[in-house]
Amino acid sequence: MNFVIAFVLIPFIGMLLFPFLKVNGKGIAAFALLLVNALISGYFAVQNLTGEAISIILPGSFVTGIIPLRIDALSGWFMLIINLVFVTGGFYGLFYMKAYREQRNNLTLHSIAFVFQHAAMISICVVQNSFVFLVAWEIMALTSFLLIIFEHEHSVTIRAGINYLIQAHFSILFLMIGFIWVASKTGSYDFQAIAAYSASIPVSASFMLFIFFFIGFAIKAGFVPFHTWLPYAHPAAPSHVSGIMSGVIIKIGIFGILRMLLVVKTDLLAVGYLVLIISLLSGLYGVMLAIIQHNLKKLLAYHSIENIGIIGIGIGIGCIGEGTGNQVLATLGFAGALLHTLNHSLFKSLLFYAAGNVYQATHTMDIEKLGGLIKKMPQTAILFLIAAIAISGIPPFNGFISEFIIYTGLYNWLSDTTLVSLLAAIFTTAGLALIGGLAMLCFTKAFGIIFLGTERSKLTQSSTEVSFMQLLPMYALAAIIILIGLFPMPFINLLSQPVSLFTSTISMPLNAVQINAFSALQPISWASWLLILIVIGIFMIRKHVLSHSKIATGPTWGCGYIASTSKVQYTAGSFVRTYSKLFAAFLLIGKHEDEIKGIFPSEGKYHTHPYDKVEKWLIDSPLKFNKSFMGRFVFLHNGKLQFYILYGVLFILAVMSIPIIYQNIFSFIEFLKHL
Amino acid sequence: MLSVFLIVIAAIFFTGIIIRTKSLASGRKGPGILQPVRDVVRLFRKGVVYSETTSFIFQIAPTIYFASVIMAMLVVPFGQSRGVLSFNGDFIFFAYVLALGKFFSIIAAMDTGSSFEGMGASREALYSMFAEPAFFILMGSLALLSGHTSFQEIFAALHIGSQISYALAALATFVLLMIAMIESSRMPIDDPKTHLELTMVHEVMILDNSGFDLGLIFTAGYLKFAIYGALIVNLFIGVIPIQYAIPSFFTIQFVMAVSIGLIESFMARFRMSHNPQFIVALTSVSLLIFFGVLLILQKFM
Repeated sequence: MNFVIAFVLIPFIGMLLFPFLKVNGKGIAAFALLLVNALISGYFAVQNLTGEAISIILPGSFVTGIIPLRIDALSGWFMLIINLVFVTGGFYGLFYMKAYREQRNNLTLHSIAFVFQHAAMISICVVQNSFVFLVAWEIMALTSFLLIIFEHEHSVTIRAGINYLIQAHFSILFLMIGFIWVASKTGSYDFQAIAAYSASIPVSASFMLFIFFFIGFAIKAGFVPFHTWLPYAHPAAPSHVSGIMSGVIIKIGIFGILRMLLVVKTDLLAVGYLVLIISLLSGLYGVMLAIIQHNLKKLLAYHSIENIGIIGIGIGIGCIGEGTGNQVLATLGFAGALLHTLNHSLFKSLLFYAAGNVYQATHTMDIEKLGGLIKKMPQTAILFLIAAIAISGIPPFNGFISEFIIYTGLYNWLSDTTLVSLLAAIFTTAGLALIGGLAMLCFTKAFGIIFLGTERSKLTQSSTEVSFMQLLPMYALAAIIILIGLFPMPFINLLSQPVSLFTSTISMPLNAVQINAFSALQPISWASWLLILIVIGIFMIRKHVLSHSKIATGPTWGCGYIASTSKVQYTAGSFVRTYSKLFAAFLLIGKHEDEIKGIFPSEGKYHTHPYDKVEKWLIDSPLKFNKSFMGRFVFLHNGKLQFYILYGVLFILAVMSIPIIYQNIFSFIEFLKHL
Repeated sequence: MLSVFLIVIAAIFFTGIIIRTKSLASGRKGPGILQPVRDVVRLFRKGVVYSETTSFIFQIAPTIYFASVIMAMLVVPFGQSRGVLSFNGDFIFFAYVLALGKFFSIIAAMDTGSSFEGMGASREALYSMFAEPAFFILMGSLALLSGHTSFQEIFAALHIGSQISYALAALATFVLLMIAMIESSRMPIDDPKTHLELTMVHEVMILDNSGFDLGLIFTAGYLKFAIYGALIVNLFIGVIPIQYAIPSFFTIQFVMAVSIGLIESFMARFRMSHNPQFIVALTSVSLLIFFGVLLILQKFM
């Protein structure tokens, strides 16, 4: 109880404190407060991941009713992820924001929003009162809006922020419909009322209820076609905020979907197929668009959509397993999804921080302008490489472990007997394999163009490695990435409790189903060790052999051409050109081309700017239609005050006349009835 | 353990046999069968030249590429006998550990800053991406047919019974052979003996490698061939006792090497733009296998 009060008070202390501190103090104080809150919530999270669920009932007020705080293993798992990413992100931010020291007021607002956002997200994991839940959700949406628009002097940033704000409120709209639906029928805001209510209504109705929640949370999570805010918001925000957004804010959507799976009692099989199809589309579409992006942060944002898809595939097969009574499938699906949630928040935030380092050093995010950074920023390059391999799902890192669990689930699904599920299993497997291959194409491109080769354009400033302290949180993340890759079992044991919530099995510490399901992970951990040993062994032999032979350096072999410049290097555009021609049907790439013509040619130009087909059809076209329709009423908006007062009067008259007209209609209907 | 031993022996001769077949088909005597191995030994002794543009990535990549192929070799079984590592879902590990090697060979090619090598890297990334679904669907079909999810259990449980399963085995052989060709960058996807860098895929990626590193890359290439050969052999020897299985292993590997040699002698490489279509067609063939399995298991009611 005291902890809860302390937890809620801390952000307010920050709000009162930050304006009066010096620039350095603001950052350190914000980080300290964040750390305190992370420790409080982390303490509860660890406690119930290893033991019993905790439940605290707050009295609340007459508006909200009682506020139950229930920390079960699912909240525990997400609280740990949130704390991990916020602490590393906050620490990274301390150094990343040094470039903005002059903007004192802006930094104050930023620090306050940061602390509040952390508190709001932890609350979302814990609160099981729909009214308070929505308040926390709104605080999260508004604070992340404030965090995104830190560089609000750029119009692009403001535009991205407002885009985010609108879409975030669409999410809230859907959630509100769901919550009000239940609250109006049961008169209670408690999540347990939702469970009781959804069990009492027909399945089709409870499925509809789930759909409302699903859309609300899917907008936050960035499932296709609700993803369009991500590629704008992520590049606009400062890097540590992008890392946090991609690391945890979109994961809170996943949390919401998982929570609703526990709360709303409906047909799990139908839900499973729905989630599976949307996730597969998100996974494929996300990575397809990621490949053609030339803005590093935008590329990473699209990649988040892909990874949300992979997590969703896990959730989908988990639901299907639960719906068909296949416990192993359900265990593998949910475990894969939950572990990938952690994994993605680790490597994606690491990638965003690395992108932040690159931005600090070069002041550009356009990868076509970069190149050869590995020589100037070797540590950033290695960290980026680790994360890039991990995100492509390649051993011996953590991405492989979670994708492996999902693959195992899919192959396990093949023991099902119905034709539909077999077909679904094999197509999902093929889809996941394709996603993996595309991710590799994407990240070899990103790493190869940014860090390898030579500089593709003259950069205005000399780029150097960032300070060690700024790299420190990144090393921490990389260490966990490697740790999960090499020792998956302890993390699987941690997952035992949250997964059991979904599979309704007992878990102490791993139950029989889980032991069976995860039997392959121990050999994989040995295999990863063996791989590392072989690499080291061969490298030693190589070193020994090379110590006896002559080592020379020379220019890159240009196939006989010796006057090679950095301009003849492969660019990001050329690296994926064949790909973008093959996948042209799914992509939308604008081109500006000035060909080199004539005997005395002038300068040639070639520009591509990728766009999003879903965005064009789902957002732009309706908006355009809306605009042209509303354009017909522009004459009302004539700038004359007298007219506006007239409209006001007319409106008031119209409102006042409603009862009168209503009375008339009512009596007319009565009259008709009498006939 | 047996499989590793056999694969290494097969790898020693495999590429030599291909080269010998090609030279005999073109009316030359050709080098000895062990010439590729001699080449590698020579490379191991040679000095190295590194490009000034490259970083440490270029130096560690061949090692990791080689190690990934070794790891892949360790999970391949031989009929009833397990690979060194055998667990449920080991074929997923097989595919992904090979992807690790590919990842590094691609970025190593980009490390040189050469446009040729960038071109090769781009193609390699694209083609291997297309080949992956085919492999996973194939393994899924075999897993469905046998009811197991590890290489050794799948192959041990496969027994060729009805006519339709002969057809399936033939299709599976085709798919695996073509994946082997894509992975090892041979015809009809890529021609290692082409004379123009613009038309190469794998060969152009390693233009700047020399000495020990190049030797590692070549050795890994020879091993890769034998590994896929071993997978194909495994389709047929599941229930055969070991004294017959080992000779048939070498026979099939030999036939495979000779037929690759013959194909390369009498066929031209595909046009670069046709390659993706071809590889996607491979995915459809493996889907055909999947439907065949469904037919065998009488899932179509």
